[in-house]
Amino acid sequence: MATDNKNLSALINPLSKDNPVIVQILGICSCLAVTAKLEPAFVMGISVIAVLAFANVIISLLRNTIPTNIRIIVQLVVVAGLVVIVNQLLMAYQYDVSKQLSVFIGLIVTNCILMGRLEAFAMSNKPWPSFLDGIGNGVGYAIILIIVAFFRELLGSGTLWGYQVIPQNWYDHGYANNGLMILPPMALIVVACIIWVHRSYNKDLQE
Amino acid sequence: MNSLRKYLDRIKPNFEPGGKLHAFQSVFDGFETFLFTPTTTSTSGVNIHDSLDSKRVMIIVVLALIPCLLFGMYNAGYQHWLAIGATHFPFWELLAYGFLALLPRLIVSYVVGLGIEFMVAQWRKEEIQEGFLVSGILIPLICPIDIPLWMLAVATAISVVFVKEVFGGTGYNIFNVALVTRAILFFGYPSKMSGDSAFVPTHSICGLGEGTLVDGFSGATPLGQVATNIGDTISITDVAGNAISLWDMFLGLIPGCVGETSTLCILIGAFILLATGIASWRIMLSVFAGGLVMATIAHALATPTYPVSMLTPLEQLCLGGFAFAAVYMATDPVTASRTNPGKYIYGFLIGVIAILIRTYNNGYPEGAMLAVLLMNSFAPLIDYTVVQNNIRRRLRRLNAKAE
Repeated sequence: MATDNKNLSALINPLSKDNPVIVQILGICSCLAVTAKLEPAFVMGISVIAVLAFANVIISLLRNTIPTNIRIIVQLVVVAGLVVIVNQLLMAYQYDVSKQLSVFIGLIVTNCILMGRLEAFAMSNKPWPSFLDGIGNGVGYAIILIIVAFFRELLGSGTLWGYQVIPQNWYDHGYANNGLMILPPMALIVVACIIWVHRSYNKDLQE
Repeated sequence: MNSLRKYLDRIKPNFEPGGKLHAFQSVFDGFETFLFTPTTTSTSGVNIHDSLDSKRVMIIVVLALIPCLLFGMYNAGYQHWLAIGATHFPFWELLAYGFLALLPRLIVSYVVGLGIEFMVAQWRKEEIQEGFLVSGILIPLICPIDIPLWMLAVATAISVVFVKEVFGGTGYNIFNVALVTRAILFFGYPSKMSGDSAFVPTHSICGLGEGTLVDGFSGATPLGQVATNIGDTISITDVAGNAISLWDMFLGLIPGCVGETSTLCILIGAFILLATGIASWRIMLSVFAGGLVMATIAHALATPTYPVSMLTPLEQLCLGGFAFAAVYMATDPVTASRTNPGKYIYGFLIGVIAILIRTYNNGYPEGAMLAVLLMNSFAPLIDYTVVQNNIRRRLRRLNAKAE
């Protein structure tokens, strides 16, 4: 039972109490870049989940054979290889989205969440818990991305997933999209609001 | 006065802890201290106070804004009458038109801003902070008169919450609240904040100002016209197509945001602020100096690629929001530098950057807002450098003496 609980907490904790974005404040850069629309944010979230889960498993399998002083290079090679695979898959099946995401899929390599989890978890845990930890952190990241993208697309473009949500009627009566929402600074403010709400529910996280 | 005092004393127990209107204690306290200088004395720390507390300071700033406010109302009417091709301009009708156009904006900005302040004060069980008294009147003055009310409300709310309250309320904000409101509007809803149609009211209000717009009507501000100017000479025209002279720019009967057009009224306000010692003359002076220096340099290097550089330095100072920013925005004591040498640096750089943005960035016809906001973020750094320099200098002197 004990191991089950540990596995479960590896999966569940990153969703809220130990969320990589709003508690550890990692991966903020991609939060600014890909969240102007819901669709790229969703695809980015899925990509990070996949890369993180498999990188965690591979590093966890290799953890006893990696010499300590070159471990960062090994981690980078593994992540880079996975990112290339994801990028090729996206180009093959989701060409439009991959064009929108452009370099940001490639930049998953530099995403702090990746290195953080590999160093902190996969290097000292067995493959199965590492896999769950990867999934958990990836989902935690994706949730925040999707929430931010939801508000930015709704208020900035009046659409959700590319479909018009705000009726034309409103525009005729003087409603206007907020151009500031499309600009990166607003992503930071939306993330700040999420942190605000989250901390007011989780008093133990308040400093 | 006496009866008011008595009335307040009579209803006061209701608001004390245990009274039935206890929930509104901070509201009552806010109004009481607004009407009468508080008689309570401090129990610790500084025990000698001037009667000029921050509520009294705010009132003087509001008084200094009155000339700009009244002129802005008149000018709104004047621009509208010009736009409908009128030949005579009835003073009171113009003023009434402008008053009716501006009043909803004033109400919205005060209700939204003060509403949030009251709620936060009550929630934190603090006294109501008076900072919004000035911001509330500044916000409509630095926006185009036709800005939709809901946009104004949204921007004011975002600004008060994220620029002021999250930092701890009045006196703790890094950026000027009114200017951030304008920045949010400017970047969020650019079509309502710049261009040809934003600055001149085109509708009739309550039957005032009926008429159809003249052919070829363009309500672009002088700086807006200059920014899109092509060729070696500059022609600035008013709404009806007549040329604008330097005197017109100084007097302010030109299209623009409500309070910023009249350099004359701004100078009256500046006089009030300086005579009462509320605003820092160091900042005001150095903003104008910085603007003058940069405008002179730009004019010396005038090229048609950057048409604004062909304006003379005096025109640069009179046009746009430069003078308004120098007198009312840069001197905001909360967001400006606090050390005296720092004030010179802070003001000078505001002046230089404002003219720099306006001249060499054709995308932004006006740079005063961005300049002040940028320097707001540098003010603590300037202060730090000045203080450290002072410490180092005195330390050197001490060491020299010791040897």
